[in-house]
Amino acid sequence: MTSMSQTGRIGSGASKHSSGGVSGKIGYLILYVILLVVAGFQLFPLVWLFFFSLKNNQEIFNLPPLALPKQWRWENYVKVWEAGNIDIYFFNSVWITVVSTVLTVILGSLVTFAITRMRWKLSSLVLGMFMAAMMIPVHSTLIPLFSMFNRVGLIDHPLSLIISYVAFNMPITIMILLGFYYALPKEVEEASVIDGCSVHRMFFRIILPMTGSVLATTSIINMIYNWNEFIFVNTFISSDRLKTLTVGVQNFIGQYTTDWGAIGATLMISVLPILIAFLFLSDRIIEGIAAGSVKG
Amino acid sequence: MDKVMSNKKVIALYVLPALLLIAVIIYVPLVLTAYYGLNAWNGIGSPRFIGLSNYRELIRDGLFWDSAWHSFLLAIFSTLSLILYLAVAMVLASRIKGANTFRKIYLIPMLLSSVAIAQLWLKVYHPTNGILNSFLETLGVKNPPSWLADSSLVLYALFVPILWQYAGFYILIYYAALKNIPTTLEEAAKIDGANALQIAWRIKLPLTMEVVKVTIVLAAVGSLKYFDLIYIMTGGGPNGASEVMASYMYRLAFRSYDFGYASAVGFFLLILSLAVTWIIRRLTASDDKIQYS
Repeated sequence: MTSMSQTGRIGSGASKHSSGGVSGKIGYLILYVILLVVAGFQLFPLVWLFFFSLKNNQEIFNLPPLALPKQWRWENYVKVWEAGNIDIYFFNSVWITVVSTVLTVILGSLVTFAITRMRWKLSSLVLGMFMAAMMIPVHSTLIPLFSMFNRVGLIDHPLSLIISYVAFNMPITIMILLGFYYALPKEVEEASVIDGCSVHRMFFRIILPMTGSVLATTSIINMIYNWNEFIFVNTFISSDRLKTLTVGVQNFIGQYTTDWGAIGATLMISVLPILIAFLFLSDRIIEGIAAGSVKG
Repeated sequence: MDKVMSNKKVIALYVLPALLLIAVIIYVPLVLTAYYGLNAWNGIGSPRFIGLSNYRELIRDGLFWDSAWHSFLLAIFSTLSLILYLAVAMVLASRIKGANTFRKIYLIPMLLSSVAIAQLWLKVYHPTNGILNSFLETLGVKNPPSWLADSSLVLYALFVPILWQYAGFYILIYYAALKNIPTTLEEAAKIDGANALQIAWRIKLPLTMEVVKVTIVLAAVGSLKYFDLIYIMTGGGPNGASEVMASYMYRLAFRSYDFGYASAVGFFLLILSLAVTWIIRRLTASDDKIQYS
């Protein structure tokens, strides 16, 4: 345990405690095992899910849980996609997620630009107002929002979701963009002004393209949140054809409580897009999550 | 330059849309919640002003205080679990090969929707076919419990998926903070004869304190908002054994249509969140600043 870091380091020969050798290797191994156990715990349920999504009930109930499926029953997936309206839910999730994210990112960029690059007295106050909104529990706003949307006829309308998502994601979006915008060099603006650029042109043609990478990060974070959102959909939407994947899956499973294969397939379909995105974008996702929380 | 960059019209144009949006969708509802809490209302007709009656009833409401107790327990579990996450992060941060991959694996549950997590863990906890009880049975346990149907176990059982979901998030944050500690400090300590445990306790921990404080607030306040998992997995049952404040509020509003009283609960939840945030910040505030020199 004491000498893990001594492999391959030059200056530690002078240290008094035992160096390298068996005790160091055992220590390293123990730590590695700990990490493996944690990794196993995190992945185990998902591996099990994948397996039972491909089995039929007979196998699930009678054979050991971790046995490989005798036959890989992809028809579970087909059945669920066609019979369960999952395709509608999937489509709704996709378009609501994308539209909300695009709106949030655009509005958030405008605000962050104004707060960080433009000069006005109230900028700190306004930033504070956006940041303070993060402390508000969603549930405390649920009843009035429901009532407000009801009054303007937006209950059971996708707009209620989009508006809510954009509003509640604004603080974290701004927070992620903030660091990047602060770090942009002033020379860019000075050059643009000298060249006679209007602020709009400067923002849209010069600054915004420069923020490409952080836009990608915040878009991904937004999409993950919107894709997985449950309580607003559950509260505001009642028509089946407007439901997103989260509530749709929840209702669907409620009807199929005993068909584990179908349930497994449904769940796999709902998580696959995010998992695939993670495969390709894991670094950005990590960056976004870390940026959004540590800077507090 | 100054004139261009302080053009009020542009600033207003850029800022107002988002600002108005959060004002209307986040701040105005807070005021409305406070107002509705002072009324009796079924959501359809007009609210009827009844002053502080709802709050008086709240104080006497056994079900509410049960739910508050459950929320409190979950808050304690969530905060204590931070110790576990910190320990894992420390292991991760100590020059282990493949730390990045581990970090990514740990994060995976965080990407799943609460519906997916809840439904999956419903199956994990299934009394006969769930992987947990199957495993216990192969170990020789004769009658493994019905985890979610047993009032004395359900809250603890519910905490495990919560742990599963958030572990990666906190480990990620702690890992980033630990990586920020200059290795020279650790090396100096080693030369002075410190072992790994001493280094962890006396050097790494104090230097990550700022981040730890933030996570304590996040965990404690966040636990007040737990809703999705509990609502889907047990609906607050059996018999309210796993009801938390948020689910109680939801049930009052959208099952019993008691919008006024539910708003009182919602308002209480808000004040509680703000109070907990403030209290934790005060309790963990320190005036000394650590210098890296």
